[in-house]
Amino acid sequence: MFDVLVIGAGHAGCEAAAAAARRGARVGLVTFRAKDIGQMSCNPSIGGVGKGHLVRELDVFDGLMARAADRAAIHRRMLNRSKGPAVQGPRFQADRRLYRSAMAALVAESGVEVLVAEALALRIEGGRVTGLHTCAGVLGCRALVVATGTFLDARIFVGDEVQEGGRRGERASGALAEQVRGMGLAQGRLKTGTPPRLDGRTIDWSCLEEQPSDLDHWTMSSLDEGIRVPQLACAIARTNGRTHEIIRSAFDRSPLFAGAIEGRGPRYCPSIEDKVKRFADRDSHQIFLEPEGLEDHLVYPNGVSTSLPADVQRAFLRSVEGLERVEVVRPGYAVEYEFVDPRRLRSTLETTDIAGLFLAGQINGTTGYEEAAAQGLAAGLNAAAHALALDKVQFDRRTSYIGVMIDDLTLQGVSEPYRMMTARAEYRLALRADNATTRLGMAAIEAKCVKDRRRDQIENHFERRARSTWSDTEEGKADFLYAPYLERQEREWEAVQRDARVTIPAWLEFASVPGISTEMAERLEHARPETLDQASRIRGVTPAALSALYVAASRRAA
Amino acid sequence: MSADTIFALSSGRPPAAVSIIRVSGPGAHGAGRRLAGSLPDVRIAALRTLRDEAGGRLDDALVLRFDRPASSTGEDIVEFHCHGGRAVVDAVLSALAEIEGLRPAHPGEFTRRAFENGRIDLTEAEGLADLIEAETEFQRKSALAMAEGGLKRQIEQWQKRVLILSAQAEAAIDYAEDDDVGTDPTLAKECFELARELGEWLGRPRIEPLKDGVRVVIAGPPNAGKSSLINAIAGQERAIVTDIPGTTRDQIEVPLSLGGIPILLTDTAGLRESDDTIERIGINRARSLVEGADVLLWLGETKEAPGHSRRILVHPRADLAERATAPEGSLAVSSVTGAGLDELLARTSELAASLLPDEGAIALNRRQAAHVAEAQGALEAAAATNEFVFAAENVRAARVAFDRLTGRAGMEDVLDSLFGRFCLGK
Repeated sequence: MFDVLVIGAGHAGCEAAAAAARRGARVGLVTFRAKDIGQMSCNPSIGGVGKGHLVRELDVFDGLMARAADRAAIHRRMLNRSKGPAVQGPRFQADRRLYRSAMAALVAESGVEVLVAEALALRIEGGRVTGLHTCAGVLGCRALVVATGTFLDARIFVGDEVQEGGRRGERASGALAEQVRGMGLAQGRLKTGTPPRLDGRTIDWSCLEEQPSDLDHWTMSSLDEGIRVPQLACAIARTNGRTHEIIRSAFDRSPLFAGAIEGRGPRYCPSIEDKVKRFADRDSHQIFLEPEGLEDHLVYPNGVSTSLPADVQRAFLRSVEGLERVEVVRPGYAVEYEFVDPRRLRSTLETTDIAGLFLAGQINGTTGYEEAAAQGLAAGLNAAAHALALDKVQFDRRTSYIGVMIDDLTLQGVSEPYRMMTARAEYRLALRADNATTRLGMAAIEAKCVKDRRRDQIENHFERRARSTWSDTEEGKADFLYAPYLERQEREWEAVQRDARVTIPAWLEFASVPGISTEMAERLEHARPETLDQASRIRGVTPAALSALYVAASRRAA
Repeated sequence: MSADTIFALSSGRPPAAVSIIRVSGPGAHGAGRRLAGSLPDVRIAALRTLRDEAGGRLDDALVLRFDRPASSTGEDIVEFHCHGGRAVVDAVLSALAEIEGLRPAHPGEFTRRAFENGRIDLTEAEGLADLIEAETEFQRKSALAMAEGGLKRQIEQWQKRVLILSAQAEAAIDYAEDDDVGTDPTLAKECFELARELGEWLGRPRIEPLKDGVRVVIAGPPNAGKSSLINAIAGQERAIVTDIPGTTRDQIEVPLSLGGIPILLTDTAGLRESDDTIERIGINRARSLVEGADVLLWLGETKEAPGHSRRILVHPRADLAERATAPEGSLAVSSVTGAGLDELLARTSELAASLLPDEGAIALNRRQAAHVAEAQGALEAAAATNEFVFAAENVRAARVAFDRLTGRAGMEDVLDSLFGRFCLGK
């Protein structure tokens, strides 16, 4: 009997399993293949603006991603250096192999039992999850986290070729997907893409603009493990008119434009054919050439994700200066998959309908390793809480990007793959990548999910903050810089808190509330806000509807 | 829990016999003392002269004080029962807005506080929900539908510009590496330009005179013929008397439409020095009304006329032989024969028209103006700062102000604008 079972050993699954284990749960991590642990299936980078903030927050709770990234970082850049500390985003290029072995080592250290098996079906009894049917038999559990990524009815497109399945060369789990769909959780289809992989030995680096790694050494984790990996440079290539012509002439062979792909792709990560089509006046787009590892000749051309046929991919790449003789090792492709409506989840990422069932990661409509990992943390901590009757761990918008993301997902839902951006955080000036320990340290200690070394680091941090020399530190200076704005935000937050104290009962029928129109009732019904504050942030809900809701909620509560 | 102190006009829209302005919250008593000098004992009504920060007289009003928790909201409350003219109410509200820690109440907020503090019983509140709905729905519709969509279009156009500015700022932050966006130096310039434009709009006539009427005050010494004149005007064919409230106090207010211009014609007590206490109160009130008048019709001696920027000197009772010639600059009028009345009405409506939004023009109401002013302030701040993130923050504040104005929640709109305009993302 496990306290917590986690299906899927990607970024969300590993964090969920390790987080539950840190809270003292007996955890089983179910995966098709042990070597999937820590697999970076898309770009070989961790962090960025917004995303880097998530990784730093995850780290405060002793999450794995930051430490694994430090062990694998072959190129580091602090983005937005000139724009002030609040929006600086730490980003690494990671050596794929080093990252995978670092993650595997961290999972092994965590005490999680890795179970190689195919998950077939959830065992649900009396409205709660009690176990998992696998090809190797039934495993009992008290709580279960589904972190299976794009496994729901995934389809891969390379030009006019279509394959069923998850990522390339991976297996899709059909039976479980069928069950999840049967529970009415699936909402719609999304699309994501990946660029071709290039052989770095066939790139003429000498004629490309070099992008060096930062000179100063900084780490993603606040626990510096002293590992120093050699640093590599990236390079920037640029498409040209000829490239665009080749792409344009192949529009009719793109599954995207031919209508084969119906899922909505992210606006912020458009494929190259999308960029050429929508921004026809642009004569050039950047391609960031990112090495995949120290002993790996593969290069990830960030910026040209595509589902055009393989021959077109090769042709347009070769029209780019520096890539005239490039060999494509694997063509790029688009994946279309079904996702779950995250509005069916509570702020703990537990499903509203089935007790003990948690969902985390890309299945919830997000994109990116960091977004997945951060949800994994939240789901893991709370799955352990469910199994062991511990306190829930909830994240809020004022103190973390994790809180912003979970609130956005569970309240607003998604219509395109959700990616973290600082623009989404209204308390952005308070949520800095450099003050994650200050923001979340005490919460992490209270959640009892950190090891001694982390606890010491957090306590030490607060001691240093109390000293007069604090104002000379980088974080202290940033505190001072933003102080006037933070005071204003503090006042706004008080108003939010007042509304957050008004809880809306789960059984309240919005349509029955006097003064709420049918349209408002529908909006509210979809989002199922837990508090008045949440209701106030649902798109299109009017002040009038809120007033009526407030009265109804107060009456029911009394 | 630290709550803001809120205030609002709690009775109907002026003009009315009496207007009740209510202040609720921890700062209510302090605010009451600032305006009234001192507060009466709890639940005892007393007459006080309300003065603004500079000591200027606003009104003589009945003031009531309630102590928490025994009040309708459960908080400290002060009520001002003022004279129900638009100018008076405006002046008192403005004076309250000047006080640190006070802000205008949101729709339904008094009810909400009453609820929070357990002051309203549940059945009462259930019924109130419908009322709140009706009121805010009306406000929303009337605010946006008023100018046949013209105002809505104007606001949408501003909102769109703010969105684009916001998207530009956000893109530069979240897409640090993209060469499509940078920290655009034109951002500050465009913020400044939009702030200037909003400022221009804020300086224009508001919608309230259009809705509540331009206050035309008739004043002069006793027996100057004020009442006769008001009757004559009200009886004029061209002036349509819409309603005549009783002489509830010491003034008569006649709302009428003069060539399509809404007018609130007000008669006042005769102005003179007096030892009689009651009469003095009336005279003081008349003086306040003269000060607050949009247009003043002075029926006394020219040399005694109070200073006023929109003043018409009237020479009344011109039918009397000894008053047949009007002094220089004065308009001879007879309420008996009707002589000069047309001219007087024409000049009055001409002055009144200057206070109204141009015909067909779009005017802001007070609520809209408050949001627009907020946006304007934020955009000015955005234009003034050198820190890019602060600029972005202020543009965001401007965007939020517009969102509140139109009731739209905004992040998705920014993203739409952002990804529609810039080629972003690797």
